[in-house]
Amino acid sequence: MQRILLFLYSLRVFIIFIALETIAIWLIVSYNSPQGAVFFNSSNHITGNFLETRENVTGYFTLGIANEGLAEKNAELLTRLEYLTHPRDSAYIDLDSAFASAHEFRSAKVINNSIRFNQNHITLNKGRRHGVREGMGVFNEQGVIGRVKGVTNNFSTVISLLHTELLLSSKIKASDVFGSTKWDGKNPTQAKLLYVPRHVRVNKGDTVITSGYNAIFPEGINIGIVDEVGSGPETNYLDITINLTTDFSRLTFVYLVENVMQVELDSLNRASEIINE
Amino acid sequence: MNSRNFILSIFGFFLYFAVQVFVLKNVVLFGTAFSFLYVIYILIFPIEVKTIPLMIISFIMGFSIDMFYDTLGMHTASLVLVAFLRKSWLNVHTPTGGFDDNTPPTVLNMGFGWFLTYALPLLFIHHLTFFFIDYIGSDYYLLVIIRTFSSVVFTFMLGIVTQMLFYKKKRGI
Repeated sequence: MQRILLFLYSLRVFIIFIALETIAIWLIVSYNSPQGAVFFNSSNHITGNFLETRENVTGYFTLGIANEGLAEKNAELLTRLEYLTHPRDSAYIDLDSAFASAHEFRSAKVINNSIRFNQNHITLNKGRRHGVREGMGVFNEQGVIGRVKGVTNNFSTVISLLHTELLLSSKIKASDVFGSTKWDGKNPTQAKLLYVPRHVRVNKGDTVITSGYNAIFPEGINIGIVDEVGSGPETNYLDITINLTTDFSRLTFVYLVENVMQVELDSLNRASEIINE
Repeated sequence: MNSRNFILSIFGFFLYFAVQVFVLKNVVLFGTAFSFLYVIYILIFPIEVKTIPLMIISFIMGFSIDMFYDTLGMHTASLVLVAFLRKSWLNVHTPTGGFDDNTPPTVLNMGFGWFLTYALPLLFIHHLTFFFIDYIGSDYYLLVIIRTFSSVVFTFMLGIVTQMLFYKKKRGI
């Protein structure tokens, strides 16, 4: 017995090394699973406060760009409002609630961001207290940004579109053809549009938007512009590269969108045994 | 390790950590060269510190940095590996006449040539581990190689500059 203990004692460095590495690998695996622990990341209380303090200082340097973006969004909304205003000389009937909007919007500020890794995450300064929920979509006036992964009371972590495991249901605006946008980890300004069949004609310059099928984003938010269409290694699908409309290196203010009918939609899908992604 | 070195080490821990997560996190040259300066902190830790305390320090350091990088476990795994290998590498790589007591293996104390052959392999192992874990799930292995090499060069140069500017010869950190 004593010999065994002595033997183990002589190996103590190696054993502790293995133990620490096992913990680290367990952390990697559990964090990358979809239901990953949200506590030990940039949205927990201490880290979030540090990041927010830093953002309060450095935020001033990007105020110009932020203002420009907000002004742009305002102008676009004003144009849209113009269409919706009723002229006084005509009569209107309120439509049925079936046509009521299924989406609710909130705003937040980016306090931490990365674009250079293969799995990039963003931290926002709003959390459960402000109505943020897991699975909400995130976008800004330029286009789609990502999906909320974890929420704490005051902060939330977002899986960026620049994450090699995030698939985004999308379609080509001109032809209404569906596909999935996925980042390939190469270049933070470009992504791939997958699963577009070969017989479809795709032109350079076509706009790619969200399809509204996965019920996270409403239909019609910009994702990118088609840059290159190739035949690709897979026999059934085209190899399409798109230029992302969102400039991920300069994120400041973002919008969160929640589908208020998500629960109903999910339970319907579950009842009819459809797996929808 | 005397008390002065001990206090300076704790101070250095927080300083390297803060610089890494608040400044260097946003410094990425040409989209490929990352700077993981905190590895230098582990590399030039006083030699008489045993491997087990060093691994525990590495674990805490890596874990704190991971929280800010949102890369849970990745910095931890690669930094603990470096701490584990450091002692054996130092034993192989002892200069003629051995190490002096209470002397951290900085570039000023040991000379540029020695530090180059000491730091580069360990930095390389750390960066390769880190970028390999990051790469799992995607399919551009070439990017791992490019990032590893450019980051090793960048981190090494930053490490040299840091030591030249903020360290004194023959005195603890």
